[in-house]
Amino acid sequence: MTVKTPIYLDYSATTPVDQRVADKMIPYLTEFFGNPASRSHSFGWTAEKAVENAREQVAALVNADPKEIVWTSGATESNNLAIKGAAHFYAGSKGKHIITVATEHKAVIDPVRELERQGFEATFLEPEPNGLVDLEKFKAALRPDTVLASVMFVNNEIGVIQDIEAIGNLCRANGTIFHVDAAQATGKVDIDLEKLPVDLMSFSAHKTYGPKGIGALYVRRKPRVRLEAQMHGGGHERGFRSGTLPTHQIVGMGEAFAIAKAEMALENARIKRLRDKLWAGLSEIEEVYLNGDLERRVPHNLNVSFNFVEGESLIMAVKDIAVSSGSACTSASLEPSYVLRALGRSDELAHSSIRFSIGRTTTEEEIDYTIALLKAKIGKLRELSPLWEMYQDGIDLNSVQWAAH
Amino acid sequence: MAYSDKVLDHYENPRNVGSFNKDEKNVGTGMVGAPACGDVMKLQIKVGDNGVIEDAKFKTYGCGSAIASSSLVTEWLKGKSLDEAMTIKNSDIAEELALPPVKIHCSVLAEDAIKAAIADLRQKQGQNGEADACTAACKE
Amino acid sequence: MSAEAIYFDHNATTALDSRVLEAMLPHLRNQQGNPTSRHSFGRAARQAIDLAREQVAAAVGAHPSQVTFTSGGTEANNMAIKGIAATHTPSQVIVSATEHPAVSRPAQSLLGRGWKMAKAGVGDDGRIDLNALATLLQQKTALVSVMTANNETGVLQDIPAIAELAHRYGSLLHTDAVQALGKIELDFNALGANAMSLSGHKINGPQGVGALILDKRVDLQPLLEGGGQEKGLRSGTENIAAIVGFGLACELAKRELARHAERISVLRKQFEAGLAELGATVFGQDAARLPNTSFFALPNIEGETLVMALDRQGYAVASGSACSSDSIEPSHVLLAMGVAPEIARGAVRVSLGARNTAAEVESLLQTLKNEQLRMKRMAAVAV
Repeated sequence: MTVKTPIYLDYSATTPVDQRVADKMIPYLTEFFGNPASRSHSFGWTAEKAVENAREQVAALVNADPKEIVWTSGATESNNLAIKGAAHFYAGSKGKHIITVATEHKAVIDPVRELERQGFEATFLEPEPNGLVDLEKFKAALRPDTVLASVMFVNNEIGVIQDIEAIGNLCRANGTIFHVDAAQATGKVDIDLEKLPVDLMSFSAHKTYGPKGIGALYVRRKPRVRLEAQMHGGGHERGFRSGTLPTHQIVGMGEAFAIAKAEMALENARIKRLRDKLWAGLSEIEEVYLNGDLERRVPHNLNVSFNFVEGESLIMAVKDIAVSSGSACTSASLEPSYVLRALGRSDELAHSSIRFSIGRTTTEEEIDYTIALLKAKIGKLRELSPLWEMYQDGIDLNSVQWAAH
Repeated sequence: MAYSDKVLDHYENPRNVGSFNKDEKNVGTGMVGAPACGDVMKLQIKVGDNGVIEDAKFKTYGCGSAIASSSLVTEWLKGKSLDEAMTIKNSDIAEELALPPVKIHCSVLAEDAIKAAIADLRQKQGQNGEADACTAACKE
Repeated sequence: MSAEAIYFDHNATTALDSRVLEAMLPHLRNQQGNPTSRHSFGRAARQAIDLAREQVAAAVGAHPSQVTFTSGGTEANNMAIKGIAATHTPSQVIVSATEHPAVSRPAQSLLGRGWKMAKAGVGDDGRIDLNALATLLQQKTALVSVMTANNETGVLQDIPAIAELAHRYGSLLHTDAVQALGKIELDFNALGANAMSLSGHKINGPQGVGALILDKRVDLQPLLEGGGQEKGLRSGTENIAAIVGFGLACELAKRELARHAERISVLRKQFEAGLAELGATVFGQDAARLPNTSFFALPNIEGETLVMALDRQGYAVASGSACSSDSIEPSHVLLAMGVAPEIARGAVRVSLGARNTAAEVESLLQTLKNEQLRMKRMAAVAV
């Protein structure tokens, strides 16, 4: 096989910048270098025009009004601004209870934890074993003083799609501000903010073939949602977020979102075929488990646990493919994925999970290579594994008294 | 994570992978660690009538450093008496493999596996051994 | 935009150096990889960031471990001021009266949380009055924030003396050095500040990146949480291309500082000699200033009018800081220096950059002269 290795299958960690996006950005690094806040000369006006054009492109992908889009440095900042900003603004009138989900990205969990330290109370809902939030349980968690709920659209590790419309309706009925982290959703699922009962939504460019260092927060105007700013200064972005706007990055995000809008239907169909092929191949291996619901899932994601092999040695064995074991942001630690733990997976299966995320430039040959590689390497590691040996001897591993546990 | 060449060598070409019949009288088996901690090492030694370790085998569920640590000690054990084997220290293993600080526990586990295998053998042969030498694991 | 427009607004933003662009392009075009990821793509991204961190540290005499990358100067300021406040029991924060809003507004935002804010006044030369600062410091003060160089006037503060004073009263000192970087020598340790903000786009680097230089003994609560990047001080996927660009821009700025500063100060001398002939007032002229900045007013000409007229003729200048150029309020910096509001309304800022030439300065002076004559004629007609 003539595939170039390593094969990149980590598009949920980050995507390469689309060449068309880079081509649009570069003039704003060179000839049109103005500060969009400079109102006294054409350098500034040209930059401002580009920024506003990009704002329209981002709004168009999610069917929002451009005035509802606030630029940030990325989804992490968007999440921090939405969660802390709304909680602080509405705490006095509504209360200090927050609902989120145990499988959220750290960029949601950590700001909520910080609010807890400041005297807020938080409920971290456990999802069902398929990764989805049970609506009845969500409803039961809502309280009269629930000021904010934050639920991600698409999970970064297992790719499951939450029922944002239903959760949003529950929030509306309760007078609760509803924030959605959509960093993994843009270009993968249809988002219509005219219809969706969502108050705040976070976006990232670099998960959708745009540049790193730029994101946006959707802030609903009707009914108007207000926030306490987290970044104070020159009063840019109508006071929601101060700081000089990085024109070239904004132009890149706009173009990336415009391309996503134009191409997502075709692209997702192609990617789904590849993903389904990958799963068909991998599920031929004994003792593999799919993490998260297969149906309510973005086509790009496949998260699989390989029983009786250890996660880190697995990653070492498959170094010809660039994948994640759990989210990129926690892979510096040796802890098993908290997302998989929340689904009720054992530590062992959580340790031995691989997230394959497929993208715009993935080829069928790369998928074939990956299947063959996994089959060979899992076999080799299981040869080495005392657990596999015990399993084959019919020993129930749960009945074993492990030393020093 | 950057691995040393020696770790990579043992990981790519592990020595002495396999199992002996653990019920044989001259086989000592040590199993240390726990799946939930991400490391399980099974180390077996086969001892001749002269009390010298003739052969050693291992199977390891764990990271590359754990696999390398156990592979390395199977090489070291062969030809040693039980008393000599007891002197193998985790620091020797860590040094030989150039393990980074976060991987020292793998060498500790390998040392514990040696002690557990020897204890198992001595118990079978009616000598006093340490009942449980497993103190490593799950320290992360 | 007219291709021939001449840019004299380098304190607002600067054009990207072509060498910086070259360094950034591979990270924009070819590279996949989230620096947090452990695979080879991720490791390559990590190495690029480590190099940039060394370059930034070297440019300001800091240790790489003292550098935290941010989305820009505003974020670095917010992070320093709110982050330090969050780890201290509420007391007082002092900022100079001439701070950029990116410092004064974060300081103001503390007011609802039990904090007091005081503004340290400046003399008519724009320099902080150290005696007045000492008086303010007699009230328990957790943090003082004074900019190294003013964005409008270019006036430099005596940061080592201010640091010494703040420390004597048990206070920490933050300095916003975004305008100073690349224009004057900057040494974090010699300044004595505990925290210092930097920005990429003021030094021919990219927009969207900056850094906070932090004395590690200072306890700081992060502004952005989630993911734990930058040793937990600043979460969020690193903006690799911009960080790489910022790193190189810092290295170039350091290497070329002496030559650049000398060249620019010759141009400024030429410009201000011309301004004197036109009867202009140059604000802060007698104070130590950045070598590139002239903040001035021509008699009886409204600043905004002059700026617009210059733009029509192809000269990009500013009437104050870019961020407040929407407002028609006279510059708070000038008011703090005791300049009368009617004179302050005439203020125009020319900030020179690496690409400006003596011929461009000469043509700007000529145009100013013509505008002055034209407006005098119009005024005469009106009367």
